[in-house]
Amino acid sequence: MEFLVASSIGLLTTCGTYLLLRGRTFPVVIGLALLSYAVNVFLFAMGRLTINMPPILREGVTEYTDPLPQALVLTAIVISFGMTALIVVLSIRAYLEIGNDHVDGQPVGEPSEAGDKN
Amino acid sequence: MGDWIVVPIVLPAVMAALIVLAVRHYILLQRVFSITATVALVAVTLSLVIFANGNGPEMYALSDWPAPFGIVLVLDRLSAMMVFLTSILGLGVVLFASSEWDKRGKHFHALFQFQLMGVNGAFLTGDLFNLFVFFEVLLIASYGLMLHGAGADRLKAGMQYVVVNLTGSALFLVGVGMIYSVTGTLNMADLAIQVANIAPGDAALLRAGALVLLLVFCVKAAMVPIHFWLPGTYANAPAPVAALFAIMTKVGAYSVLRVYSLAFGDNAGDMAWLAQPYILPAALITIAVGMIGVLAAKRLNNLIAFAVIGSMGTLLTAIGLFTPESISAGLYYLLHSTFSAAALFLIADLVVSRRGQFGDSLNTAPVFHQSGFLAILFFIGAIGMAGMPPLSGFIGKLQILDASRDSDAMVWIWSVILVTSLMCIIGFGRAGSVLFWKSASAEGEIVVEGAKWPVLPIIAACGMLGGLFALTVFAGPISSYLNGTADQIFDTSQYIRAVLGDGALAQFGQ
Repeated sequence: MEFLVASSIGLLTTCGTYLLLRGRTFPVVIGLALLSYAVNVFLFAMGRLTINMPPILREGVTEYTDPLPQALVLTAIVISFGMTALIVVLSIRAYLEIGNDHVDGQPVGEPSEAGDKN
Repeated sequence: MGDWIVVPIVLPAVMAALIVLAVRHYILLQRVFSITATVALVAVTLSLVIFANGNGPEMYALSDWPAPFGIVLVLDRLSAMMVFLTSILGLGVVLFASSEWDKRGKHFHALFQFQLMGVNGAFLTGDLFNLFVFFEVLLIASYGLMLHGAGADRLKAGMQYVVVNLTGSALFLVGVGMIYSVTGTLNMADLAIQVANIAPGDAALLRAGALVLLLVFCVKAAMVPIHFWLPGTYANAPAPVAALFAIMTKVGAYSVLRVYSLAFGDNAGDMAWLAQPYILPAALITIAVGMIGVLAAKRLNNLIAFAVIGSMGTLLTAIGLFTPESISAGLYYLLHSTFSAAALFLIADLVVSRRGQFGDSLNTAPVFHQSGFLAILFFIGAIGMAGMPPLSGFIGKLQILDASRDSDAMVWIWSVILVTSLMCIIGFGRAGSVLFWKSASAEGEIVVEGAKWPVLPIIAACGMLGGLFALTVFAGPISSYLNGTADQIFDTSQYIRAVLGDGALAQFGQ
């Protein structure tokens, strides 16, 4: 199980990082989403991997799974869900205002219309 | 005093909800509520500073859950000073925005109050995961503020800003997760104890987690090589928002100082002063990159944004030395650079709004309204930012140079700070002469619609400059407060006793 979880986190992170470095906003958004999945699973694993154990401490219970990472993951999911929604709206607005969906506001290799402003 | 610690977080939170729910259609009421709340915040945080000055660290347990299980807020000299600085800056920003900027988009005041809540929370919290949550609160509010009144350039810069910070947040969680997996705690005081007693087999994981976290804080503090988000964001943000963002980079610097002096400080054994070897060289390069940017900038707002990067480098140099003298000097410079950056962004907006189609490009243009008056303000702000006498920037840089005298890197620190100060003077001198002197000889006059003497923005800009004068005049008392602050930061047992009680200190080996 450890190998499965670790390699899936690795795969998600790899794909997320690759997509994050793309030039268009859609892959970047998907990349961020994959990255946040990877982080959520990673956080979950930080409480050690156990199966079929109660997440709370009760009288006489010696085997349990750590409840704190689960609470952390819940918080992280809520935040990353909201952030994904925000960045989707933001990319649509940017696409409508700028006229293309490149993160830099201009397609690769073409000079910007307004010239170099810096 | 205990219960008052939570007020700097609750007051803006309640006020933001009130503004967005009850008075969202009435801009005047929004202004009244927002300004009143910020004035009240100044009063509360001032009393917190006075309290922290006379007492040791104080803890407030949220919902009365005992530490280390619940989340705690901790008021000590450092956090009290930071929330006070935030509220003063906030007052200037809200006054400036209340004349005209807040009408260019929706919900400015609600977002502004949420931003204050997030920043204050990040300064007060004593819990690592709670720090993440408050980072998110302040970032979410800052996304909204950054895009206030939109426009193509701002959306482009905003998109990049959001992506960078979301990646930073993901890394934050990775770092926190790794630290939790080996120490089993997220409470910073408890973490200090666990780090001191870490099992040798877990040390590598803890070190990796701590360094990932350092990377995240340095993204916030705009340290080279992860500073690329800052110039575009600050230069394209609405002026009052850019001024407010002057405190956002300081949140990163504060977190570095807090976590790496408390948990990874003297008592951390093998991991003592973990951050030191990385911060100092990167900070020196940051100063150089910032000041070269100042020389190269062709737009006024870019010029100031790069000056902010340079001043963050100076601040991180002082923090990176991790000695009581350098921390005290660095904190003085932190106060100074917040006011000078905010003042310059506000003054730049007053200039840009009067230049019509010439905007903030550094070219000669015909004379605009109040060119002379604004030239004086810009001159004072530039003196502050460049660190020339007689203003506080000079005192701050002098203290930092003095504090670095015993360091091995003294030659590097002195030469980088002194040479880049000259570059900053040249950059600002050139910008000022183009904007005000050469333009005075150009033909014609620019006429822009709008109030000739906008009262609130000018009061706000002068108020920020007034902060520089106050720092200069009261440098003695402020420095003695900061010396006490540095001593408190280095005596971590005070902090741990305040949060966990005397029993915990026995495990800490003191």
